[in-house]
Amino acid sequence: MTVESLEADRSQAGRIRSRWSPYVNTARYLVLFAFACFFLMPVYVMVVTALKDSVEVSVPGMWELPQRLSLESFQAAWDKPAIRRGFVNSVLLAVPASLISSMLGAANGFVLAKWRFPGANVVFPLILFGMFIPYQAVLIPLTRFMTDLNLRGGNDPTGGLFGLTLIHIIYGLPITTLIFRSYFAGISDEIIESSQVDGAGMLRTFFFVALPVSLPAFGVSMIWQFTSAWNDFLFGFVMTSTKGWPITIGLNNIANVQTIPFNEAMASALLASLPTLLVYVLLGRFFMRGLMAGALKG
Amino acid sequence: MRRIRSWWPGFVLVLPSLILLGIFVYGFLGWNIRVSFTNWRGFTQTNDFVGWRNYAELGENEVWWRDVRHLLVFTLVFVAGSLLFGFVMALLLEKGVRGENAFRSIYLFPMAISFIATAIVWRWLLDNGTGPNTAGINKLFAYAGLDFVRSEWHKSDSGWAVAAVALPAGWALSGYVMALFLAGMRGVSDDLREAARIDGAREPQVFWHVVRPMLWPVVMSAVVILAHISLKTFDLIYAIDLKSPKIETPALYMWFQTFQGNFYARGAAVATLLLLGVAVFIVPYIWYSVRTERRR
Amino acid sequence: MRRRTFLTMTLAVPAAMSLAACGDDDDAATGDKQVEVFTWWTGPGEGEGLAELEKLFKQQNSGVEFINAAVAGGGGDQARALLSNRLQANDPPDSFQGHAGQELLDYIKAGKLEDITYLYDKQGWKNSFPKSLIEQVTVEGKIYSVPVNIHRANLVWFNPKTLSEAGVSAPPKSWSEFLTQAKTLTGKGKIPLAVGPLWTQEHLLETVLLGELGQSGYAGLWDGKTDWASAEVVAAVQMFGKVLESSDVKTSASDWQPQLDKIINGSAAYAVMGDWSYAYLATNKKLAYKDGYDAAASPGSDGIFDWLSDSFTLPVGAKHKSAAEKWLTVCGSKEGQDAFNVKKGSVPARTDADASLYKDYLAWNLSQWKDPGTKLVGSLAHGAVASPAFKTALEEKLGVYVGDRDAAKFTAAVKQEYEKTR
Repeated sequence: MTVESLEADRSQAGRIRSRWSPYVNTARYLVLFAFACFFLMPVYVMVVTALKDSVEVSVPGMWELPQRLSLESFQAAWDKPAIRRGFVNSVLLAVPASLISSMLGAANGFVLAKWRFPGANVVFPLILFGMFIPYQAVLIPLTRFMTDLNLRGGNDPTGGLFGLTLIHIIYGLPITTLIFRSYFAGISDEIIESSQVDGAGMLRTFFFVALPVSLPAFGVSMIWQFTSAWNDFLFGFVMTSTKGWPITIGLNNIANVQTIPFNEAMASALLASLPTLLVYVLLGRFFMRGLMAGALKG
Repeated sequence: MRRIRSWWPGFVLVLPSLILLGIFVYGFLGWNIRVSFTNWRGFTQTNDFVGWRNYAELGENEVWWRDVRHLLVFTLVFVAGSLLFGFVMALLLEKGVRGENAFRSIYLFPMAISFIATAIVWRWLLDNGTGPNTAGINKLFAYAGLDFVRSEWHKSDSGWAVAAVALPAGWALSGYVMALFLAGMRGVSDDLREAARIDGAREPQVFWHVVRPMLWPVVMSAVVILAHISLKTFDLIYAIDLKSPKIETPALYMWFQTFQGNFYARGAAVATLLLLGVAVFIVPYIWYSVRTERRR
Repeated sequence: MRRRTFLTMTLAVPAAMSLAACGDDDDAATGDKQVEVFTWWTGPGEGEGLAELEKLFKQQNSGVEFINAAVAGGGGDQARALLSNRLQANDPPDSFQGHAGQELLDYIKAGKLEDITYLYDKQGWKNSFPKSLIEQVTVEGKIYSVPVNIHRANLVWFNPKTLSEAGVSAPPKSWSEFLTQAKTLTGKGKIPLAVGPLWTQEHLLETVLLGELGQSGYAGLWDGKTDWASAEVVAAVQMFGKVLESSDVKTSASDWQPQLDKIINGSAAYAVMGDWSYAYLATNKKLAYKDGYDAAASPGSDGIFDWLSDSFTLPVGAKHKSAAEKWLTVCGSKEGQDAFNVKKGSVPARTDADASLYKDYLAWNLSQWKDPGTKLVGSLAHGAVASPAFKTALEEKLGVYVGDRDAAKFTAAVKQEYEKTR
């Protein structure tokens, strides 16, 4: 069962042959469209508000289109160092974090699925459990530990970003391991065995046989990890000092101020969402393929 | 068929992860549990052992039980809602429609947005002003002539106020559930479906008898992921309505007790209980999936 | 070739990161090059006030970079949480803002704040600040913070037009009078009292307690002289419950500014809020004193000044101690305080402030502050009289009270918490 054959066979679209067919189809599109409206509704509010100027913006008027189009809120948002620097910081944080934790997850997943050792069945649940811990529970010891290692906030020249990246990598290990292990479990053993017959050891098998076929899993893993690192607030809040603040902190500072400049808040929320959306656009098809190949199945 | 091969390299490759997780997960959790048995309140850490007192105090505190109730309501509505919507969307898309990619992307993208940004918009959408101050979704109802449908959302006095917060949470994650279901449905091989059709089953029956049973693993893994996200949810509730007693959950209670009241021991107790709550879902699930795999 | 791309990327980015962040420390020999000041002043009024202090600081210390580490949210809640974390982890900012009084006590007891009595001696501040204020910032003979301003909490704000429309001649002088007025106001379609999120309701509770119990009764709540479970306190809390009923607590505003907006647009008659409202009303909304808005002492508290004070501290282990000391000097100086307070809408802590700079509401308020006949009490909702532990516990019980309006249960629970946290 190759991955391709699992994708929708569009020829099935005309399967339902009955006189209800046209009604069912129309109803289906209507419902899909209604759902789409629900999902896009907040985006509409965000965009419309971000394009209004400070005088026009108001809570009761949120559904109305702007009378005067204005890009001043985007400008104002970008002018804030917390947003501009935060954007850069978040990129510096999310890209390595997602890449490295995906690589490590791939290694773990490969070993646990295809190159097992005695006790692998115990090790996997132990790793997996790490995914479910409430972060609040580890916040205090984590802060202390990282400070003692000079990886936190003021004591660290990167403003705590390096430590924060490490944290995201470490806490991302369980989910990436899960993704890759499930994916590799779905790959037949034959290619592994044949590489062994050729005399390859574990590392070579991993790099030259397993990795090349694991792109859909990378899609899922990168998307998940990038999103999680980019959107994180809690760890970023406590780990970094001002110059290392990720963009979520800047966003919070605009949005939770006592007189919220609504248009600026929406503009910054939009700006903050762009990179993750970009990642989705680029890696989106891998995401679906990866899911269908069983990447997140238990 | 297992060839005899050296398993050492595998173990060594996994070892760094094990060590790191050993410290950052298990080590810190242990610290947390230990603190929950002390009397640490105030800025300086004190390590006097007080047994179960912190837990007992929580048990006697009606604020704690109120927060737990809120969490249960939130989890219920969030998980059930996301499952339902995700399933329906997947069902609609399963046979393939024109513009499927567009629909799928629209349903999936909210997952990409940070909870802080989500909360900013949804705080507005769930506004409960009246008269000239009507706004948000209530105003949409008003536009449609359905003024009577308006809701107080998360500011309502009912115990279900927190269900209103499940709306943005569901908005963010239903797309992911849909993707899971869609992958699961399409993963059912055509041969099985054909066989059923040849036996004379109509489409709905094919679905009920062939596809549905194979969706259980999907439902389970979706429930597990949604439930644990629900218990951990902090940013969303924090940003929608800070410190509102109507929607407070244990995760927020822990934050305030620890970082405002400096009551570290109680905060640690709450965190431990949260962990147990998560474990209730996770441990059976992990055990079950390891068991099924061994049987395979 | 994807593998190679992955590997190069994973190595290159951290390398780039460390290069980008390098080279920022200062040299102890040539003096501090930066000072990190931590506040929650990100909003209008307070943000500008901080900017004035920053300007003055830069004028006097041209080589030093001023790092504004302000964090928004919840009237300081988020900032305090972050600060707690940093202090616990021994990574303090160079100076941070805190409310003078009990709020700082936890930090002082844990040895996180430097004793800055020497700065007071050097700058002669013991003669510049009112004696009662110095007492509040002194713990066991040592002083730990420099107050920059004084805010007043026991105020009721209103729009004169709304009152005259409803036929009400003046704000109520007692809470019972408020209840009577409330009936008239509701009859005319006005919300008698606008409230906001929980901390504003706590603020309201404070003024009701003050109005009903008087200065000594109120002050006794915080040092044990007044019994929380006594009949007078229970009655005062019940009055609070009745006041809430006349308010819009069911559709409460999401923050204090939207709460004040209801006064401005005439949908509500009164709002009880501290005088940071002045900066919002006068500067943001550009309203004229006595025309677009007015303020009076909250019912039952005429002649009492319920104060709170923002002050700056010097944490132990601050990395740029001498720059921080210079910052504190600016904060305590006459120019600093005059520049700051005019923008922030508060009165300066110093007694020798230039009175001509303070107009309208501030002029009235300043004269009350300076009047020797005015009685002083500290604010509950803003950290002057309640320690963080007690305050958090009280807020927890208040959340329950607002839901079930059981005054006896509330006071008994608060009394218990008081005993536990003293």
